[in-house]
Amino acid sequence: MIRTLNTVIVGGGPAGLSAAVAAFDAGERSLLIVERDVHLGGILQQCIHNGFGLQWFKEELTGPEYAQRFIDQAEERQIESVTGTMVLEIRQDPQNAPYDKTVFCLSPSEGVLELRCRSVILSMGCRERVRGNLKTPGTRPVGIYSAGLAQRLVNLEGVMPGKKVVILGSGDIGLIMARRMTWEGAEVKMVCEIMPYSAGLARNIQQCLIDLNIPLHLSTTIVNIHGRDRLEGVTIARVDEKRNPIPGTEQYVECDTLLLSVGLLPENELSRALGVEMDPVTGGPRVDENRQTSIPGVYACGNVLHVHDIVDFVSKESTIAGKSAAAYNLQSQSGAEQVTLKAAGAVRYTVPQMASLEEPFSIFCRVAYPVSSGKFLVKAGDQVILEKKFIKAVPSEMEEIPVRKAELEKILSTGAGELTLETCLD
Amino acid sequence: MEYTCILCPRGCHLTAEKVMEEGKKTIKVSGNFCPRGIRYATEEMTMPMRTVTTSLYVEGGDMKMVSMKTAAPVPKERIPQVLEAAAKAQAKAPLKVGDAILKNVAETGTDLIATRNVAAARG
Repeated sequence: MIRTLNTVIVGGGPAGLSAAVAAFDAGERSLLIVERDVHLGGILQQCIHNGFGLQWFKEELTGPEYAQRFIDQAEERQIESVTGTMVLEIRQDPQNAPYDKTVFCLSPSEGVLELRCRSVILSMGCRERVRGNLKTPGTRPVGIYSAGLAQRLVNLEGVMPGKKVVILGSGDIGLIMARRMTWEGAEVKMVCEIMPYSAGLARNIQQCLIDLNIPLHLSTTIVNIHGRDRLEGVTIARVDEKRNPIPGTEQYVECDTLLLSVGLLPENELSRALGVEMDPVTGGPRVDENRQTSIPGVYACGNVLHVHDIVDFVSKESTIAGKSAAAYNLQSQSGAEQVTLKAAGAVRYTVPQMASLEEPFSIFCRVAYPVSSGKFLVKAGDQVILEKKFIKAVPSEMEEIPVRKAELEKILSTGAGELTLETCLD
Repeated sequence: MEYTCILCPRGCHLTAEKVMEEGKKTIKVSGNFCPRGIRYATEEMTMPMRTVTTSLYVEGGDMKMVSMKTAAPVPKERIPQVLEAAAKAQAKAPLKVGDAILKNVAETGTDLIATRNVAAARG
């Protein structure tokens, strides 16, 4: 079946839902959300813990409640969605202009769907790094799961993956799962983190580890995996400052389950095949302040763009993308001359990576390593455009640096084609 | 005493101490970014409270499990009893966010409520 629409949203998680609602509120009525799961809501469905929504809704919600709010908003607006439907390919078809993008999907009820549209919002989210990404030696027994898979099994399928658990990686999902597994009766022996600091939020270290007396071993990794059919244990070792295991520090830990919480990768197979320019640091497309990619009319938001620590920021970002797509459909966005944004110093990356400087916007960034007391500087050449102080900045928390109208004018007056965001320590 | 505030992602590092003020024992809190930090540290010193979240098999729904939470934080030391009661609870679709699944869970004075909608299974 061939359908013609204004905007197709690929993915019905928090990013896609927020973008759809924002596009609708900006006047767009011809919208379709395509979701591969049987229900909308994305990964929030399995994030049953609380702590979501403090910024966006000004109240504390669990993941499913946060998702439900947006599902309700989409339903109130009668925004159409198809579930159980997988997007296979997105293509540019200039001969169909202005409906010059085609989204090919596979649906169990309708077969192949060919959606011709003016604009596409990429909101596919991310997936977990797995054992193969770590290259940990050892056997290949049953009992090794990514933390998110274990979360799905426990919270959505009602299945416990094991009884004696070691967790590698102290990202938030690993910490949340340490508590969840303990609450469901498992013995969580330890969380190992290769870095000298945790990748998770301080509140999760407190409520998921300290509250439950689960030890966190920093600068520690797993160097061997044992067991033929079922996992029997792992060998852990301390690492030096170059993250190499220190000989003589190995220790055997008996366990039947290993959970890996070792990072997330934006899921961009569709974006790459479509041909949007990618940022090798974020693993997502390069975008401007409207979250438009290098292909006009193709937008990206949420974890497909860069991995967020807080879903509230996903909603904020996706609202920009949704509004922008609606404006694009009306041809009310000009393709003004753009500046590129570069990260320097302790700043690992910025989103956006380019800007048209038409309206005030915010630069979001993440640092590569923890830094304390200093400031972020936005510079055009040697000229400092603006600065924002920080007490501490850590890789696990995203920073927002607003660029106001006066500063936009300052940038434009320099005529610079490139802006740098860097850190300057006191 | 030192605490990490768990009330928002900021995770303030709090210091709380018992002091005598005008002849009365009070708790003085510092390091908090917002007033909620004062309440949190005071509770941590006297009676730590936590919201419990878990999930439960649901009968006749279009999905296997319904996620739940305690409608308000419960005393930390009562968490094992809350989890035990939650595991024995029964839920039947359809359910809406906020529906009570277990009233006054483990005598905490707080209900266990659904945190997602579960539609009845089709056909």
